[in-house]
Amino acid sequence: MSKHAMIEVESDSQPQFSKQNTKQKNKQNKIFTLPFILALLVVIILGVISLFTGVYDIWNQEDGWEMFFITRVPRTIALMLTGAAMSMTGLIMHLVTQNKMVEPTTIGTTEWAGLGLLTVYLLFPGPSLVLRMTGAILFSFIGTMIFFLFLRRVRLRTSLIVPIIGLMLGAVISAFSTFMALFFNMAQVVEAWFIGSFAPVQVGRYEYLWIIIIVTIIIFMYANRLTIAGLGEDVATTLGVNYNRLILMANALIAVAVGIVAAVIGNIPFLGLIVPNIISMTRGDDLRSNLPWVCLLGMGTITVCDIISRVVIMPFEVPVSLILGTIGAVVFILILLRQRKSRRLR
Amino acid sequence: MIKIKNARKVYGEEVKIGPLNIEIPKAGITSLIGPNGAGKSTTLLMIGRLLNMDEGQITVANMDVTTTKSKDLAKILTILRQENHFITRLTVRQLVGFGRFPYSQGRLTQEDEKIISKYIDFLELTDLEHRYLDELSGGQRQRAYVAMILCQETEYVLLDEPLNNLDIARSVQMMEHLRMAANELGRTILMVMHDINFAAKYSDRICAMKNGQIVAFGTVEEIMKPDLLSEIYETKIDIIRGPHGRPIAIY
Repeated sequence: MSKHAMIEVESDSQPQFSKQNTKQKNKQNKIFTLPFILALLVVIILGVISLFTGVYDIWNQEDGWEMFFITRVPRTIALMLTGAAMSMTGLIMHLVTQNKMVEPTTIGTTEWAGLGLLTVYLLFPGPSLVLRMTGAILFSFIGTMIFFLFLRRVRLRTSLIVPIIGLMLGAVISAFSTFMALFFNMAQVVEAWFIGSFAPVQVGRYEYLWIIIIVTIIIFMYANRLTIAGLGEDVATTLGVNYNRLILMANALIAVAVGIVAAVIGNIPFLGLIVPNIISMTRGDDLRSNLPWVCLLGMGTITVCDIISRVVIMPFEVPVSLILGTIGAVVFILILLRQRKSRRLR
Repeated sequence: MIKIKNARKVYGEEVKIGPLNIEIPKAGITSLIGPNGAGKSTTLLMIGRLLNMDEGQITVANMDVTTTKSKDLAKILTILRQENHFITRLTVRQLVGFGRFPYSQGRLTQEDEKIISKYIDFLELTDLEHRYLDELSGGQRQRAYVAMILCQETEYVLLDEPLNNLDIARSVQMMEHLRMAANELGRTILMVMHDINFAAKYSDRICAMKNGQIVAFGTVEEIMKPDLLSEIYETKIDIIRGPHGRPIAIY
């Protein structure tokens, strides 16, 4: 009781008050809090588990450790980078579209990236990874831009129609890709892309994923502006943020991240939906302080899913997109139900 | 001073706003009144550079709103539209903190933190400062947004129907806060009002609009006349004197 009273007195008197604010500021800006360190540890442990999960016996085979560095290490790094990339793009999309249901796989960005890959395969037989990546990035940019422009034309940001339209658009693009693929005998390209998997990741085939680190740094630099974008175009403009330029920038970042992942790994569904929503529910929408958490949770989630995908039918593997799709669908429905409930309460 | 010269906005054959010509002096509260579709919000949005005009020129403190950089305008002018339906999960303090963005680009200094606290206290949000916006009532959220734009510390503050969806008590509270912002902080406030009695009680000047034109602009006493109001709203409106001799519209 007396302690409680003391706290009240403290916050009332002026000099103490500013001190309290300083404390608050530190709390907000500090990244390495105890829960974060714990989460970091969990992700590191998951990474280690990922390193030692697999059919190949790295302990007893002669070239075991060589294999370890050729496949296991790249695979784990790829998992981490992809997890971070896809969850971050999801988060940015939530802010920019002001819709918690929007992410690369629900508005067709991924399908556009797939179409980009296919186009590159058609135009340049036996394309290099750089070419494929460029195609995927370019098409994701165009696709996302089309969707954003569409969103600005019709004002239905808050409604559930947004992801439905996105899914429809994605389905159309995906159908077009399939048609093209069948027509030009390229079905295996589309299929291999659609079932995103980390199985083929090895030295020399994943290195471009490191670009995601640069993307992360840029996102961090634009974090405050992107959070403001989440308050809407009017508020952003009032605060002196160039909204159109910011949207273009956000779109470019999304396209680069999705394009690289699409070219190197394939289709990774729902990660951008699950992770940012969980973080938003627990920690709010301030991008700057959430970004490390979003990256971490993304890494953790995809690593768990990949470990499951490797273990579930050992010695074979199921594609990680299958596991993610299953979990993602459940979370998607949960978010839907939650949103409807809160709307009814309001 | 807000100067509007021949500003026009055309929404098609039928709906035209302007040409508008008006000079709104510095300091005090000016209310824009008029029936639906009179062009009040359009005018406010054009001043606040949220809507492009088709012709004419608007200057705020001698800065042209269409040519001045948005970043620089953000230090002299702020505008709050009616509450948008998407609610970001930010805490009140985080939201108010974004009002400092034009100055700090998001890297809040000690000075900024003090200013943020000042406006949180000013709008009596101190107990709510760590609550998320989606956990607040409509009135509290509206207050948080007003705290944010005041925290921007701009000379000119534009508000589009600040009393929208507020009950009587919240409306009075909001108007008291705005009056205080004008009196104690010396802000020039321009707002769109639907309730003419609220406008009359708390404004220094009233600007009446109808069919995209400014019909009358003057002090409260000059505008609160039965003939003028009846004509503007095309409804019979009488004026009686309230307890403190203030004009009250009866309709």
